[in-house]
This record gives sequence, C-alpha cells and structure tokens, in this order.
Amino acid sequence: MAAPSRPRRRPGRPVLVAAVLLLWVAVWIPAHGVHTLGLSPADLTPLHRWLNDVNDTIGANRNSSPVFLYFFNEIRAAVDALVTFIQDLISQPSFGRPVPVLGWLGVVAVVAYVSWAVANAKVALLAAGGFVFFGLQGLWQESMDTLALTLAAVAISLLIGIPLGVWAGLSDRFHRLITPVLDFMQTMPTFVYLAPLTLLFLIGPASATIATLIYAVPPAIRLTAHGIRSVPRPAVEATESLGATGRQTLTKVLLPLSKRTIVLGVNQTIMAALSMVTIAALIDAPGLGKTVIKALQTLDVGTAFNAGLAIVVMAIVLDRVTTAASERARPSGPVPRFRRPLAGGLGVVTAVCCYLSYTYVWAAEFPDGPGLGGALSRGADSVTAWAQAELSTVTEGIKDLITYGLLNPFQALLVESPWWLVGAVALALAGVLGGVRAAVVTAVCVGLLIGTGLWQDSMTTLAMTIVATMLVMVLGVVVGVWMGRNRYADRIIRPVLDAGQTMPAFVYLVPFLALFSATRFTAIVAAVVFAAPVAIKIVADGVRGVSATTVEAATAAGSSTWQLITKVQLPMAGASLALAANQGLIYVLSMVVVGGLVGAGALGYDVVAGFSQGQLYGKGLAAGAAIVLLGIMLDRIARTSSPSKTTEGN
Amino acid sequence: MTGEAVISVRDLWKVFGHKPERVPRSAELSALSRRELLDRTGCTAAVREVSFDVAPGEVFVVMGLSGSGKSTLVRCLTRLIEPTSGEVVFEGEDILAAGPKRLRELRRRKFSMVFQHFGLLPFRQVVDNVSYGLEIRGAGRAERTRRAMEVIDLVGLDGYEHSYPDQLSGGMQQRVGLARALAGDPDVLFFDEPFSALDPLIRRDMQHEVIRLHREVGKTMVFITHDLSEALKLGDRILIMRDGKPVQCGTGDELVGAPADDYVRDFVRDVPRANVLTLRWIMRQPRPDDVMDGPELGPDVIVRDAARAVLAAGKPVKVVKDSELLGVVTDAEILGVVTEAGA
Repeated sequence: MAAPSRPRRRPGRPVLVAAVLLLWVAVWIPAHGVHTLGLSPADLTPLHRWLNDVNDTIGANRNSSPVFLYFFNEIRAAVDALVTFIQDLISQPSFGRPVPVLGWLGVVAVVAYVSWAVANAKVALLAAGGFVFFGLQGLWQESMDTLALTLAAVAISLLIGIPLGVWAGLSDRFHRLITPVLDFMQTMPTFVYLAPLTLLFLIGPASATIATLIYAVPPAIRLTAHGIRSVPRPAVEATESLGATGRQTLTKVLLPLSKRTIVLGVNQTIMAALSMVTIAALIDAPGLGKTVIKALQTLDVGTAFNAGLAIVVMAIVLDRVTTAASERARPSGPVPRFRRPLAGGLGVVTAVCCYLSYTYVWAAEFPDGPGLGGALSRGADSVTAWAQAELSTVTEGIKDLITYGLLNPFQALLVESPWWLVGAVALALAGVLGGVRAAVVTAVCVGLLIGTGLWQDSMTTLAMTIVATMLVMVLGVVVGVWMGRNRYADRIIRPVLDAGQTMPAFVYLVPFLALFSATRFTAIVAAVVFAAPVAIKIVADGVRGVSATTVEAATAAGSSTWQLITKVQLPMAGASLALAANQGLIYVLSMVVVGGLVGAGALGYDVVAGFSQGQLYGKGLAAGAAIVLLGIMLDRIARTSSPSKTTEGN
Repeated sequence: MTGEAVISVRDLWKVFGHKPERVPRSAELSALSRRELLDRTGCTAAVREVSFDVAPGEVFVVMGLSGSGKSTLVRCLTRLIEPTSGEVVFEGEDILAAGPKRLRELRRRKFSMVFQHFGLLPFRQVVDNVSYGLEIRGAGRAERTRRAMEVIDLVGLDGYEHSYPDQLSGGMQQRVGLARALAGDPDVLFFDEPFSALDPLIRRDMQHEVIRLHREVGKTMVFITHDLSEALKLGDRILIMRDGKPVQCGTGDELVGAPADDYVRDFVRDVPRANVLTLRWIMRQPRPDDVMDGPELGPDVIVRDAARAVLAAGKPVKVVKDSELLGVVTDAEILGVVTEAGA
C-alpha cells in the first residue's frame, strides 16, 4: 500500500516526545545541580510553619468555635459512639465487665450464621475457620477492632451510599453531578485526606472511620446507580404500561432486578473499607493495621507477617462471603423446603453460643493455645533470614539492576534538573500529548508544587512513580495480551489477580521488606505488585474485546501472530492501554507513598512524619497536597495521550 | 369505519430535541423533511401529523421500516412517551389531558401492551408475572391468582405457571407477555413488534394465536410490525408509515391494489397478489360479446379462492353485489394475477 495522505502535517507525536526528552538531557548536562529547590528533612518553609499555626489555632478553638461545637464535634461524637458501641460488643471490655459482650465463641457463631444465611454453608465454614484462626494467631482483639471499625464504616457508607445510588440511578442530572465527585474521591491517594481529617476530627477512630467512609462510599453509590440504570428498559416500560406508580416501579422492578449489582457494591465497599481501616492505623486507628505499622517501623518482619496474614485472611473471608451472597442474589428457583426449619435450628444454636460466650470465660476470651502466632512470626523471621542470606545474590542483582539501571539515572535527571527545566519539559509533554488544556493544568500543578516547598521530594517521588508505572505497563501488556489471547491463561491467572486486588495495600510491603530490606526499591516492587493486577485486567479485557471478526479477517489475510498482536489487537485496544496506564499510575502513586514507611523517603516519608511529629505537621500536609498535584498532573498527561482520542474536548 | 371510534388520533406529533414544541407550531418547520429539520434545529421528528381512528373490535396495524416512528407512535398512544402535540381521544376522553393519576388508572384498567423484548421479571414465576398488573392495582392474592390461571390457560401455558421466565423458550415467554396483557381485561391491546424477536415458525404460531384470541375475546388491537405479510395476515386495516409520516391507510387489498405512491408500491411488490386481492380489483366491465350466463361471485372473494371456480366455468364469471352486476372476471384476469407472482 502506498502511504495515504496523512491528516496531520506536523511530525508525529513519538518524534516530538523523543525530541523533548533529548533536549532535556542536552540541557541537563551543563545545568544540573542548580536551582533544584532542595529542602532537608528537618527544614520548614513559611507555608509549613503557617500550616502548623493553623493546626494550633484549630486545636485551641476546637471547643469554642461554633463550627466545631455544633458540626464537626457532633459528627465526631456520633461516629465515635457507633464505633465504641461495636467495639463494646465484640472487642473491648465493656459495661463493667472484663470482656466484651460477645466472646470469641459468640462472634464465630454469629459470623458463621450470617454467612450461611446470606450465602451458603461452604463460605460459612470458611468464615468460622478464618475467625478461629485469628484467635490462634493471638490477634483476636486486634482483629475484632479492625472488624468493628470496618463494620462501622460500612454501615455508614451503605446508609449514605445506597440511597444516593438509587437517586443517581433515577436522575440523569444527579448522576452527571456526582460522577466527577466520585472520580475525584476514588483517584485521590487514600493517605492524603488523612491529615486534613485529623485537623477536623482529631486523631483516633472517628477520623479513621470518616476517612474510610470517603474511600468506601463511592463503590456503593456507583454500583447501585449502575444496577438501577442497567435494568432492562422493556421491564421498566412494561411495568409503567401496566400503570405502576414510581414507588411500585422502584420496589417491585428496579431494586429486585439490580439486587445483584447492589450486593456487588456492598462487597466492594467492604473491601475498600477494610483496606482503608488498616491504613488508617497511621492516624491511630486501633486494630491489625497498627500492629503491622509498628512492626514495619521497627523492621520486625515476623510480627508484620503474622498481622498481615490476619488481614489477608479477613479480606478473603469478607470477600468470599459477600461474593457468594451476590451470586445467591441472582433470581433463581424456589427456596428448598428444608431451609426454613434449618434456619430456625441454627439460629437457636447461635443464640446458645452467644449466651455461653457472654457467661463463661472460656467462651469469652480466646484460650492461650498453641501460640500459632509466635510460631508464624518465628517462621517468617527464619525464612527472611534464610532468604536474605541465600538469595541475596539474586535479589541484590535484581535490586541493583533496577536501582542503578533505571531508577538512579531517572532520579538524577529529575532531581538534579533545575526546576524550570523540569517544568518546561512537563509543559512540553503535556502540550504534545494532551493539547492546550492539559498544558494549562500542568503549568498550574508545577507552580503549586513549587509553592508547597517540597519540589525536590516531589521529583524523587515522581521518579519512583514513573519507574514503577513503566514496570507495571510492561507487565500489563505482556500478561494482559497473553490472557486476552488465551482463555486458558485467563482462567488460571484472573482469580489470582482478583485475590490480589482485594488485599489491603499494606500487606504487600511485608514480603518485599523481607526480601529487599528497607529501600526505595522495596517500595517500587510493592507498588508494581499492587498496581499490576488492575493494568493486566484492563489490557486483557481490551484485547479480548477486539471484535472476533476483525481478528478473523486479519488472520485470513495471512498475519503472523506477532503481526496480529502489534497491528490489530494492541492498536484496537488502544483505549484500554491508555486506561491501564492511567489506573496503574494512580495505584502506583498511592502505593509509593505507603512505601514511605519502608525507606522510600521523599513525599511518603514527609506525610508519615507529619502524623507522628507535631513540628512536621504542616510539612506533612503540604506533602499530601504535593501528592495530589502530582496525581492530577500525571493523570491529565496520561489520560489525554490515549491514541483513540487525538482531539481534546470532543 | 365511522361511528364510535375507540381510539381517535388527530394531528399527532412527537419531536425529540431541544424546544420540540416549536416544530409543529411553525408552518415552516413542520413542512421540512426529517433531515432538513435535523440540520436546521437539531430536532428529530419521530412522529409527524399522524391521524387515524380505530373502530371497536378492529385489528389496526401500523407498519413501517425501522426508524419510521411506529414504535414511538404506539408509545405516544399510552403516553409511555409524551407526545409533543396533537390529540389522542380514547372512548371520548382526551388522554393527553389526563393527570398522572387518571393516566395510571387508564393503564391499569383500559389498555395493556405487549413488548418486543417481553419485559418479564426474571425473579418472578410465570403466574406472578401474569398477575403483576393486578397486583399493582391492588387486587388480593387469591383473586389475582385465580385470574392469572384463567389467562395462562387461555394462552396455552397451563402447566408452566410455576416456571421462571428463563426456563421458557422465546415463544413461550411472549405468551407470558400476552397473558400479562390480557389479565387486567383491558379494552385495548397494544402490540409493539411482539414477534420480531422470535424465529419464523414460532412467529407463525403466535400470529395464529393472536388471530384465535381476537376471535375469542374480541378485543380492539393496535399492532405494530415491520413485516408486511404479518400486517396483511392480522390487520383489518393497515397504516403504512415512512419517516414518521403516514403514507397510506387502508385494507390489505387496497394497499396492494391501489398503492398510494412508489414507496408503497415497492413495499407490496413481492406480495403474492392472488392471496390478497379480491375480485373487485381485477374485474372488468362486460363486453358485448361476453356470454352472460356464467356463475356469480361476490366482489370481496379473494382471487386465489375464486380461481378454481372461474377456470372451471369456461366463461366469464359475473361479479355481483346486492343483485347488482359490478363486472365480470375471466380466465385472462385470473391468470394475469396468478402468474405475475414473483415478477
């Protein structure tokens, strides 16, 4: 084929991008090391001091300002009351008793009964087993604290989320209004709003619950609205044609038909809540997360592993139970006849267990048994010691390859460039890839980043983020294409990815801390592992979504497999690739910050230090803002570079 | 067809887009073609200037290709889609003036509708789907179950009342839709391409089912289809629509015998005319040399049914109504119609 007349006369985008990058290096060589806006960890800028003052002022006025007295303090009191109530029930000594109202036996019985009632006997057994395991690990109370916090956040999330979701499902206007808000809530790295929340609600369970709420409510709203919206039009029309009122349509058609999607939303809300509750340990939320963080900070891999395992088990139990519940929610045949008497019988058994656990110490406090937790910690410790001794050549090799081959040069380029050079490059890339609007957003973000006083830390974090995202995309494309083309591979890998995605972000740090000790590389690997499942699944779905006819036509034309992938499937999945890069970036960014706990330094460290040291509070807040700015900037550039949308505002 | 019309539609418009009501009001805009209107105003005229009457007990078919506005039209009649302007009079009452409560009452008691994609509720058994309309108008459980079983019997679904919709074939699912529509004992049944999603054999079964039900319960029916043979088979009268506008309205033999324009002519070209046309359409005036002692037939006898008699007679057959001679038919006319099929 002769080259057809191309609509664009200027040079193609890849050429322009390469030119910008070359120019960057060319200017960097003479200019590096000047105007880098460095700031040492203990130094503060006026902005940071001012934020400290704001914090102090708010602290001083917390009990006098009407905004606090009648609004924020009320919310805090109500949320605290709910959390404390659930904790009294299952985790903390309460009502003048040395133990909670429900002891371990009661909790296990109730969990199993509820699992059976909403799902099936199999997951009920799994749930009971999982909960007994917490006790055996010696983490009963911590687990129950995590569960209490999760339940409180989920209860409030659903109370708010489902009605809003129904509204968004029914009203186009409200749907349009709330979608960007939800997008924003979900793309913001989870950590970032912890600090501002503590400003309003103090450190403790109330802030943790509210932070969790912000993170966990969007899926409930989204999926409820989606469920309502995807009810088949004919069913709604038919019911209207029979003269149903709005309420009848909602209760008899829309809600029953979207029940399954709504339960799926409940599942996602619970998983999000669990993930966030563990991270909220940074602002002193009780539970397993706190154990993990303390252990991470002292590099105690064994303890971190034990508590991390408990989080994984809880995630698996909650996920399996709610997934099974959503499958049961599918409309199906009649209820088996024996189910009702069985439900009554099991209910009595559960009640007896609750009574026992209320009355007898053996059923209330988990017995100090074989000390499985200690054994697990010691096992993890010895495996770590062995791995660090025996595998060090391999792990160090990988670490050095990435660190020296990719990370260091990149970081040097970013960190040692004068700020105006990085700014110009970002602006040029945004202009080339995204157009005028992206360039404007980028310019604003660069300006504000300088304003935070954390330019150099931002560049360090940016370098790690970009390296990790590149690795995520390599994994995403390779594994995604494989899964997209091969159903067998898909069937095996997908459940692993699904399981990976339900894990709270923290948990990933533990094994990599064991293998690679506390470095930037550890944070990067954890981020890649955290972000890869999303990217892989999006790419796989994109490749799978390429129309079978087109693939057939290309095959009939004699394409080789490689040609088929590079000339047909990947270009046609272009939108998915862009989405994968975008999502991968967001996930990586939020994880690189969590990596601040294990030696990633830079913005992540600033945020974490801000929680623990009063004089760094303002700096931590500024670092949080810098993370958001980086996220917005990268999101704008990456989103608009989707190959399927060459023009902006189409 | 004059007298008491059950449904009387006058100058009905449905325009989608921004400020739609200006289109029917303006003589200039309403004269534009669909395409010009879209370019000028961004509005789409789905239904334009439609008027017709439906007599009690009649099967009235609206036929057109996709995009002709027929499905929008039938939804305008029950205000599932709000018409832009015009008049829909049902048993002397202007439906467009009805408040929400009155409209619900009408939908609960007077009309019901059968949909192309059935619109069944998958989590309810057949019997609960059928009684759904009775349930939302507040009937007690015993009464609605009794009535549901009656109509399930009527549409030939007995034995399946406790099945779920996804356990039934497409044809049987549509029987459920039909039963649901009949359960409320409405005055008028609306069908929106009810059999388009079914395969041809099932479709034929269902058409016969509708003919049978019409004979047994005698309801007024408004039937939407894109299939001409279905229209000819079911319809007492047929309204052909194109680009939202009515093109011709008449009985099947009128459409085939006297198409209003090339569009209709093109449409009916492949119809086997012998099966549709009556002697009225092919008879000629007697000539002086005709032998006038042949047998007599009525003008509404279909050509196919008359063929054997005419060919056997060997001489001109007289077409007679109320003992008045309208014309004659000979071998030549019959063969002219029969042999042109497929031309």
